[in-house]
Amino acid sequence: MDKALGDKIPEFNRKKAGGGGDGVGLSGTSLGLGDHRTKLETLTIILVAVVIIGGAELLLKWFGVPQYVLPTPSLIIMALFTEWGFIWPHLLVTLYELLVGFAIGASIGFVLAAVITQFPFVEKIVTPYILLLVTTPMLALVPLLILKLGFGSEPRIIAVALASGPMVMINSATGFRRVDLAKIALARSFGASTFQIFTKIRIPMAMPMIIVGLMVGSIFGLLTTVGAEMVGGAEGLGNRLTYYSALIRMPQFFAIILILAIIGISIYVLFYWIGKKWASWET
Amino acid sequence: MDATPMRNVAGASDKKAPKMVIAGATKYYQTRTGSVHALDNVSLDVRDGEFLCILGPSGCGKSTLLWSMGGLHGLTDGEIRLGAEKIIKPHPEIAMIFQDANLLPWRNLAANIALPFELKRKPVDQQRIDMLLKRVNLWGFESKFPRELSGGMQQRASIVRSLSVNPSLLLMDEPFGALDAFTRDEMNLLIQEIWMETGKTIVFITHSISEAIFLADRVVVMSARPGRIASVFDIDIPRPRPVDIQTRPDFIERVLHIKASIDHGRSPSEGLAIT
Repeated sequence: MDKALGDKIPEFNRKKAGGGGDGVGLSGTSLGLGDHRTKLETLTIILVAVVIIGGAELLLKWFGVPQYVLPTPSLIIMALFTEWGFIWPHLLVTLYELLVGFAIGASIGFVLAAVITQFPFVEKIVTPYILLLVTTPMLALVPLLILKLGFGSEPRIIAVALASGPMVMINSATGFRRVDLAKIALARSFGASTFQIFTKIRIPMAMPMIIVGLMVGSIFGLLTTVGAEMVGGAEGLGNRLTYYSALIRMPQFFAIILILAIIGISIYVLFYWIGKKWASWET
Repeated sequence: MDATPMRNVAGASDKKAPKMVIAGATKYYQTRTGSVHALDNVSLDVRDGEFLCILGPSGCGKSTLLWSMGGLHGLTDGEIRLGAEKIIKPHPEIAMIFQDANLLPWRNLAANIALPFELKRKPVDQQRIDMLLKRVNLWGFESKFPRELSGGMQQRASIVRSLSVNPSLLLMDEPFGALDAFTRDEMNLLIQEIWMETGKTIVFITHSISEAIFLADRVVVMSARPGRIASVFDIDIPRPRPVDIQTRPDFIERVLHIKASIDHGRSPSEGLAIT
């Protein structure tokens, strides 16, 4: 009869009514962008930031640390503004490579996860290779890819896709494996087709893990983008890091690191909010 | 609700054709450790408009039987018919109510209740839904998510979800098993009222003897391994039945009688009425 229900004995683990999820959630990765921040907490956070940045500024000046060792925060900010005209084309290149590579990798990873989890046998065969892709640093492939494809964006985009795709896939697959027999039976009892069960039950149920996968995958993508740019080519923020450090222009070097940190935090915040919107039912 | 007149006495519908016929239902599950004999030659007529309770210990195949009646499961042998139609897949005339309400946690109440319409690709019958929501006192809670509702409210929502598509046969799989005793009494009263108002046929699975006697026109007792029908009891207590009849001596006598028949594995003749 039904493939999903198959011949399974209708016994599901009884949760308490109102049942929460099984504890897989964004909470695992979230450092908690606290939801209910009081005025006092906000004030303290700002105060701490001011003390740290201001303290660094004062200490570096006080001890006369030369700027090629560690530039003061004010010098870094100044460099960011004065050098911005030279930096932003590289920022665009990096963002472009990250977005395209991540989009390719994430789509393939998601589709693969959705398909593979429906066939336990195939899943068992494929999973070791996916694990291999997850654990092997894709940066290692960049010199080879450059050899084949030249110094353009393509080798880096491929490296990003290879780094982020398996992350998305492995997390999404975990999500898709969480079958709730009762919910599938419910949909089926109202005449749902296999496709409807996929879109109305399986995807929403896997959503929290899919979002975790996208978050981890995009962070891995960012690492790989910058790393690949440092390996070869003449564009991108990663390339600027090697360029400025070779010239010992440390304020500019740290300005690039500041930009990278902002990109990373933005990715985290973006997926945090997506998770709040689409997967908040689980926590 | 539906414009069906109230009825008072159960069992008066004997002469009509049965709503559902279960003939020689047999089911084996194939598991890793071998095959499990879940149902053994179960034959049963569900009368049109009756409230039938299936009672038995856990693992006696009552859920298997109900899933087969709902077209979710195939049988190894035998057949189940709704009227003249053989049930081999879910049927629009049949709606199921599951253990623990089984609401989708990522949908609010309104979206949960709209699910059957979505799946059937039909426009949502908002008028009927509103009427049902008012009937079960959930009016105004449509934007709440399941986790924000009590167990009783969740199960009431799932009842609305099932009734919204106006099925003629309701299959309920231990729907109130996870509720506390007070909420359970409330829900039992509600489902009795709904049954009397709508004239639906209800098959209700439970492992509580008193719940079965309180609700049912007939109680079917099943025995375990393999699941088969041990005995059938007619319950002719007049309706509506108030909650406090459960403390009356004659009610308790019925409970003890059924309990004794289960304990001794004894099978009194089918349809034996005890008064």
